[in-house]
Amino acid sequence: MLNYIIRRALYVIPIGLGVTVLVFALVHMSPGDPLSAVVPPDAPEEMVQELRKAYGFDKPLPVQYFTWLGRVLTGDLGVSVARGREVVEELRIAVPNTFILAAGGTLLGFTLGAMLGGVAGYFQGRWIDKLATSVAITGVSVPHYWLGLVLVIIFSVEMNALPSFGMGPGGSTAWAWDAEHMRHLVLPVITLAVIPMGLITRTVRATVAEILNQEFVHALHAKGLLQRQVLAHVVRNAAPTTLAVMGLQLGYLLGGSILVETVFQWPGTGSLLNSAIFERDLPLLQGTILVLAMFFVLLNLIVDVVQSAIDPRMSRR
Amino acid sequence: MTTLDSRQQATVDAAQVAVQSRGYWATVGVRIRDDKVTVACGVVLALIVLSAIFADLIALADPYKASMIKRLAPIGTDGYPLGADEMGRDMLTRLLYGGRLSLFMGISPIVIALAIGGTLGLVAGFLGGRVNMAIMRVMDVFYAFPSVLLAVAISGALGAGIGNAIVSLTLVFIPPITRVTESVTTQVRSLDYVEAARASGAGNLTIIRVHVLSNVLGPVFIYSTSLISVSIILASGLSFLGLGTEPPEPEWGLMLNTLRQSIYVNPWVAALPGAMIFFTSLTFNLLSDGLRSAMDVRL
Repeated sequence: MLNYIIRRALYVIPIGLGVTVLVFALVHMSPGDPLSAVVPPDAPEEMVQELRKAYGFDKPLPVQYFTWLGRVLTGDLGVSVARGREVVEELRIAVPNTFILAAGGTLLGFTLGAMLGGVAGYFQGRWIDKLATSVAITGVSVPHYWLGLVLVIIFSVEMNALPSFGMGPGGSTAWAWDAEHMRHLVLPVITLAVIPMGLITRTVRATVAEILNQEFVHALHAKGLLQRQVLAHVVRNAAPTTLAVMGLQLGYLLGGSILVETVFQWPGTGSLLNSAIFERDLPLLQGTILVLAMFFVLLNLIVDVVQSAIDPRMSRR
Repeated sequence: MTTLDSRQQATVDAAQVAVQSRGYWATVGVRIRDDKVTVACGVVLALIVLSAIFADLIALADPYKASMIKRLAPIGTDGYPLGADEMGRDMLTRLLYGGRLSLFMGISPIVIALAIGGTLGLVAGFLGGRVNMAIMRVMDVFYAFPSVLLAVAISGALGAGIGNAIVSLTLVFIPPITRVTESVTTQVRSLDYVEAARASGAGNLTIIRVHVLSNVLGPVFIYSTSLISVSIILASGLSFLGLGTEPPEPEWGLMLNTLRQSIYVNPWVAALPGAMIFFTSLTFNLLSDGLRSAMDVRL
């Protein structure tokens, strides 16, 4: 198993390099001059050339890539063109905010999904299974940005019970564990939880149903174990798959919360991406995408390692 | 009544077997026909698609015609059955027309990705070895991005526009389709009858065409239909962010975006375009699930 873990960890290196190439290529295939965000259209030619040299945009692309990669490896993501601040600083504020949302959404989705899926798998074919399956398929079909809007309409516009945007009072960008911040968290977290809930319900249902059909479960019953004890075995066997799906969902929510963050004007990485795109702030765009993708790569690694630790059969594949 | 003798019994049995053993597609057809949910979804989906295609015949108003005084008219206003948007344009008309772009932007990336990813996966799975390594490792890099992030990153870099949105979504869906095709092809390739075909002198192309394709297409097709719902949600999501369609085109995601400012004035009109996205994606999902169980595909 150790062998597997080492091999799996080493595989992060080529993937990580591939990600940097892709992120670099993405930003450089964008049309228009990368300086257009800072330079007014009527700027004198010498000034443009000078800036181009200062940002290193005058060198050939491979040279630019390796210079950029060298700086990225030392933790320097450059300076945001539009905001004039270090990209790393911007991310230091935004990433924790997105993480709170993603973690909340995953936890809620996991709790509901595991319960619904477990019940559905156990009572396969009964009405409660059909109900849970319908809830799950609705969950994976909902455009979550629209669900966010509908929740705002119900709880903010009609009932005036919960705040409709922002993270805290007065445009707060730093999370605090107080009642006001918690109230701002409710709607975005419910919105984000819906997709993971649907997916986890489906996974858990399929896994539980499959396990219940296996012979060892009959053997446990035959041995005279109580229903409760048999269930403990089922949970133990369903855990690796479920945890893997949950881990990946956390990654998806971290990287994919841009739509929900836009709906709720949440000051996280999604808002950062949004403004980077529309202000054509290439260093900020590059840095944010890179960091989010790297989180996802590492999370995938952790999921695989944890899974192989719980279930050694995984590492033999 | 006398009992049947054994020869008569055998004839009856054979007749029953003949009745029971339909062809594969006939069985699939019967299974679909018996599945009420799938049939209903097929009908609803056909209605949505047809009403988008024939929007100019059904709709009573001009989707671009604005009216100052009818701005944000509530649902049920005279002449505006589903109200009016922030420019006073008829919502029902724009929802009908909106289906054109939303469906096109959602479905075409899957079709293109199926062609490209299907080919790549078939080649990787059939040839194996280094070719497989090269193709699948490149796909792993794309897998390092959550799909929403990849879609937003590519269309953000390329700039707003329908074409760019379709390119970015195609790139999002090529890796998963390639991966599924590769794994199914690898399984089929090592089956005995493919070995037998090879031993009898069939070339690579013949084997792919006759033996591999027919076994791979079904599962890959089913998998691709299950992606359509995600694709529609993402395509409208890109427009919602301002990265897809541009105003004044009617498109569900973009309509949701522009009406968002009006939720305090007329909340339920603002929610309508999203409801269309939801119903379309839900029916696609249910239909895909129905087809999957009818075709008995396990992925």
